Amino acid sequence: MAAPAIPLGEEKAIFRVCPVTRLRVDLAAERMIIANATAAVIFLLVGGVMGLLLALTRWEAVHLLPATWYYRLVTGHGFNMLVAWIVFFEVAGLYFGSTVLLNARLASPWAARLAFALMLLGALLVNGIVLAGRADVMFTAYVPLKAHPLFYLGVILFAVGALIAVALFFANLLIARLEGRYTGSVPLVVFGLATAAIIATYTLLSGAIAFIPAFFWSLGWLRTYDPGFYRNLFWGFGHPAQQINLAAMVAVWYALAAITVGATPINEKLCRLAFVLYILFINLGAAHHLLVDPGLSFAWKMFNTSYAMYLAVLGSLIHAFSIPAAVEVALRRQGYRRGLFEWLRRAPWQEPGFAALVVSMVLFGWLGGVSGVIIGTEQLNMQFHNTLAVPGHFHATVVGGTTLAFMGLTYYLIPLIFRRELRLKRLASYQPYVFGFGMLLLILGFLFSGTLGVPRRDWAVFKTPAAFSTLIPESAQLTLAMAGIGGVIAAIGGAMFILIVLSSVLTGTVQEARSLRLVAVSPADPPEAAETAHEEPRGTFVIVLAFLAFFILVYFRNWWLLGFRSWLVH
Amino acid sequence: MFAPPRVWWRPLDRLERTWLGLAFAWCLVLFIMMPVWLILGRHNVPATTYRAAPTQFQQRVEEFVRKYQVGTEKGIPVVEPPPGDVYLLARQWQWYPILKLKKGQTYRLHVSSIDVQHGFSIQPVNLTFQILPEYVYVITLTPLTSGEFSIVCNEFCYLGHHVMVGRILVTD
Repeated sequence: MAAPAIPLGEEKAIFRVCPVTRLRVDLAAERMIIANATAAVIFLLVGGVMGLLLALTRWEAVHLLPATWYYRLVTGHGFNMLVAWIVFFEVAGLYFGSTVLLNARLASPWAARLAFALMLLGALLVNGIVLAGRADVMFTAYVPLKAHPLFYLGVILFAVGALIAVALFFANLLIARLEGRYTGSVPLVVFGLATAAIIATYTLLSGAIAFIPAFFWSLGWLRTYDPGFYRNLFWGFGHPAQQINLAAMVAVWYALAAITVGATPINEKLCRLAFVLYILFINLGAAHHLLVDPGLSFAWKMFNTSYAMYLAVLGSLIHAFSIPAAVEVALRRQGYRRGLFEWLRRAPWQEPGFAALVVSMVLFGWLGGVSGVIIGTEQLNMQFHNTLAVPGHFHATVVGGTTLAFMGLTYYLIPLIFRRELRLKRLASYQPYVFGFGMLLLILGFLFSGTLGVPRRDWAVFKTPAAFSTLIPESAQLTLAMAGIGGVIAAIGGAMFILIVLSSVLTGTVQEARSLRLVAVSPADPPEAAETAHEEPRGTFVIVLAFLAFFILVYFRNWWLLGFRSWLVH
Repeated sequence: MFAPPRVWWRPLDRLERTWLGLAFAWCLVLFIMMPVWLILGRHNVPATTYRAAPTQFQQRVEEFVRKYQVGTEKGIPVVEPPPGDVYLLARQWQWYPILKLKKGQTYRLHVSSIDVQHGFSIQPVNLTFQILPEYVYVITLTPLTSGEFSIVCNEFCYLGHHVMVGRILVTD
């Protein structure tokens, strides 16, 4: 039900007032949020089907697809998931953060439509040309492996569309400020999204610098394109693109913590400092992919791969503390203050957003973060470069972390933005656990396979028709099966998500949201809340100490393994 | 998610300060490990590289094969060079030639590609290096175990990628 317009100067935008949050929602912004989120979910579905087929192929006892289709779908899966699903969702998130959360309007609905059209066209072009078999080059498209020019053009169009959306985000922020829509500092979630947008700007520019010459080269306008140079530029886009996801995901974590348990950051200064560390240092991560490349010096690799002495890692370690701490303090204030962990036992585990938050943080931090630092250490990288451990790492970060967090947030966007009742609530309570468990198996299967030397993007290591056997230990059959089974379970979790979203959006009752939470109800015997008491996040401190101990153990174990390699190399 | 209070620049709590200190100390350890290993470790990433055109590199490999060939296996020459400079060529979808090395000896392995990018991954030792056309990577290797080893290509190099498996033989 659209509320009457609230005029403000020469107001053209039409707003409604959300009955739950009292926030004012620009209907034009709402339409674009819906459009982008819908496109995102559709690409998630396409990429998910591809992912399931791939999982059933890498599980060599099943070995479903023929080689050509395996490679074709790895290319399609990479693009649809890493680019289409995530960026469409992030654009929806950027519009949400820069309008709804600030009571502001979408600066230019026309530009938003243009951005959407370009991104959609680009994504369709890439999918078409890949499925037609004219671009079997992988997501990375390493020069001099050549794809059809339309492949590069599709990526460029998508990137230009995304850049317009990012520019619109900044325009929204600026205009909201000028029109006095909000006062004081922006909320932390918006601050996190702004971080993502700043990283996105230089990331997309680097992508353009990598892909535009590749486009010309594929057309024959450029004779040669240096492969080392391309790799550096490509990863200037490819790695920071994942850090956009990181910043957006952390912003979503803060949002989920706020929605599900009413958590507020205990120290805004610290949280914002952590985001600033991302902006300053995370762009150096391109080096992670070039650690065993010819042509680069040790000093260059060491400085860049460490994000300038791990200051970006420090940012993540800060969030790893401050988010659970905010949750703990919020729950302690609600009265769950016995012992170290009563707050954790009594947390709303059946609330899909809370489940998504916890599972996402565990998979991202304990598996993705730790494996990322290890793989991204100059010498240790020799053991992992281009093995399955690398997809193991980024499935923990981008799938277990980002995708699951975005899924969690989607459940709340359905009543708040789509204004439909969420259907299949019980299924939604279980979905994050099913998806998370499947991803856990897949991630561990990939990481273990990688340490056994199984290459990534390889159709067969045991059933290869090659002249020689690969000599990869037979135990990798087991770890590949583990990954395959995990992939199937994760696909079931993904299908649950799609089912819940589609049935809510298509058949859910049209209604205004009534509460922020979807499932969790207040307990029958609520403890006495104490709003004013100063609560220390002691439980969280114990958890992060355990995390640090785990990190130290796994890190040094990998140095140990390298030191005992039976061949010396330098 | 909602606007913070007007003044949010507050000092850190006790636990926050402690965690920040611990985390920063750990970051410094992570950083310092790399230069320490460069000096003390016996497994470091090679840093010697030079440029060579694919045709030029191929010629040098052919000369090397003619000089030291001792046999043929599955149509690929087996080459037994003395310790020192050794050449290996990557192409779709073959590692050329098969190298026969001596345990405990040190070799300077010159590797390059004459077509697309490849991944030089020694199994089951599990050490990987990226191979690019136009660049020759000089990898100083000392095998400390003998037997049969495989070279798996682990950079996607088009549709026959999975058949690109080579051999290194190490004798006592």
